[in-house]
Amino acid sequence: MLDERLEVENLHLWRGERHVLRGVHFALGRGGCLEVTGPNGSGKTSLLRTLCALIYPEEGRVLWKGENVRRELPAFHAALAYLGHEPPLKADLSARENLRYWIGIRRRVAAAELDAALERVGGSSWCDRLVRTLSAGQRRRVALAGLALLVVPLWILDEPTTNLDTEGQQLVGSLIAEQLSRGGLVIAAVHQSLPPAVRDVRRLELSP
Amino acid sequence: MKWTWLHRLASPPYVYALAARLTPWFAWPAALLIAAGLWGGLVLAPADYQQGDGFRIIYVHAPSGWLSLMVYTIMGVAAAVGLIWRIKVAHAVAASCAPIGASFTFAALVTGALWGEPMWGTYWEWDPRLTSELILLFLYLGYMGLRAGIDDTQRADRASALLAVVGVVNVPIIHYSVTWWNSLHQAPSVMRLGRPTMPPTMLLPLLLMLLGFTLYFVALLLMRLRSEVLARERSASWIREAVSA
Amino acid sequence: MSTPGAPAAALTRAAAADDGAGSTPAAGALDAVRLALLRDLKLAFRKRGQLVQPLAFFALVTMLFPLAVSPELSRLREIAPGVIWVAALLASLLALEFLFRDDAYDGTLEQYALSGQSLTWLVFAKTAAHWLLTGLPLALMAPLAALSLGAPSASLPGIVGSVAVGSVALSLIGSIGAALTLGMKRSGALLSLLTLPLSLPVLIFGARATQLAISGGPLLAPLELLGALAVLGVTLAPLAAAAAVRVSLE
Repeated sequence: MLDERLEVENLHLWRGERHVLRGVHFALGRGGCLEVTGPNGSGKTSLLRTLCALIYPEEGRVLWKGENVRRELPAFHAALAYLGHEPPLKADLSARENLRYWIGIRRRVAAAELDAALERVGGSSWCDRLVRTLSAGQRRRVALAGLALLVVPLWILDEPTTNLDTEGQQLVGSLIAEQLSRGGLVIAAVHQSLPPAVRDVRRLELSP
Repeated sequence: MKWTWLHRLASPPYVYALAARLTPWFAWPAALLIAAGLWGGLVLAPADYQQGDGFRIIYVHAPSGWLSLMVYTIMGVAAAVGLIWRIKVAHAVAASCAPIGASFTFAALVTGALWGEPMWGTYWEWDPRLTSELILLFLYLGYMGLRAGIDDTQRADRASALLAVVGVVNVPIIHYSVTWWNSLHQAPSVMRLGRPTMPPTMLLPLLLMLLGFTLYFVALLLMRLRSEVLARERSASWIREAVSA
Repeated sequence: MSTPGAPAAALTRAAAADDGAGSTPAAGALDAVRLALLRDLKLAFRKRGQLVQPLAFFALVTMLFPLAVSPELSRLREIAPGVIWVAALLASLLALEFLFRDDAYDGTLEQYALSGQSLTWLVFAKTAAHWLLTGLPLALMAPLAALSLGAPSASLPGIVGSVAVGSVALSLIGSIGAALTLGMKRSGALLSLLTLPLSLPVLIFGARATQLAISGGPLLAPLELLGALAVLGVTLAPLAAAAAVRVSLE
């Protein structure tokens, strides 16, 4: 079986008339972490969404394990976890219920695993309250719990530390560090550097 | 080698130039055919034994109706091509077709009403053909409304293309159900002439008008396509040379 | 506070239990559909007030006609099929706006598209939930409306059947328009413009079936046609709606 490896070749993307991505080109192997930086409007989110194959680039391609992701999109998505700006949670479900459905649709998940993940992110006390009653930081933690539960090789994160206090940011750092040590890949769009727990970080700077 | 001309059709600058060259080849024959058809239909053809001279509106009504449906089909095909192979020019073709097709549909409805008045005594009858035309008008309006409602051109292209494909699949179903509905209630249909016994002097101008309208549509499409391509590619580099040429 | 002790160990064990390529026991398509369906049903019951609105609308619209036309039952009986079906159509449209809206706003629709599961099946699950929450209740309410418009009680089973089958097709057709108009503010009018022409066959066959039920005639033919439309819808509509959802995510 081929090694987990993400290769991005010469991505060009237009949004309307703006040439947002101009020849983005990089490769990331097992245990690799890429920080995508740049001012607002430089195309970080567009790049991440193009990597997820939500957006179709005008030119260039994304390769996973040496194959164009468009060939076998479901398999690529099954190996991918994407966290956007907002945590993908239903306000009228509890944190636990949200995770049960979000993860359960992708893979069988046992109740004990949900408990463990919620405890890891510090949510044991509020995990059965409706998400609508949680703070932004708590919602972000639920999203991180989901990330931990997904156990997939490729993580694509859009500003994962938003709304988190110092301790929460350290949590992000340790989650990413564990993912990298398992041989996973992490691509994160950030405004400031990732927590120091994450070592050997490469940087990709986008300009508007 | 044979497929290069097909590939070139996907290139906006090529299509822009090609449309300019082809337009007169369609516009002039269209004008001739329509003139001939009108003369044949309005002057030469004998009056219908049932409807007198009132039937002559068929020379505008029938081609309009025929074209309204044909344009919708072409729009659907262009949309499908754009959707499957992601060719922007195909989406531009579909976008250009819509207002033209809607106009033909409107013309068919108006001429249908004008035809009906002296025949039935009323401007409107819920006969299957007119009702189907009306539904088709709404399908066009929906398509154009969806396009207008989405700001991003690429997204508008793909969403309206999906709608066009769904619409084309549905048109036969809608037509069948309207015909079925109409047969239950036995409403009179005046749109029939002595069809099996239509003499050549009546039929020939009709065919001329049909062909003339079709060529007219192509000429209109080419002209609209040029402005559509121009609008979409306005920031591209080839525009400046093409426009100043 | 977050001591990477037992919880982390449990997770790493889960990760190590597989072959290291990140493939954990996948959920089958049927599991995914079941979960998506249950989730939507659970969400709807948490906002029970909103469930009633399309039904109240249906009842209200039906009530308008005796007031606007005539209280004579003989006249109302004639227009009853039309009234019931138009009211059901409009009530359905009201509810359709929200089929994908919330999920598009909070990012869960995006996660569906990225789940590795077939988006077509997930969209089908959502549409099925929508029918269970709107179409089926409408079908059960239709006899009450019919009775108020002078329909004989013998006609009620036929009415429930025709509205039930027809509303399946309506939900499916409507899901396409709902997906196409995602992200547009105040898309109600456009949604109606897109959905109503495509729903006309359902209206025609459904109203005919209801009319035959009321007059006591053989309603098998239009009912079968209605069923055919529903089957066609089940096979094609989720495909189109899923494609439209992907377009909205671009």
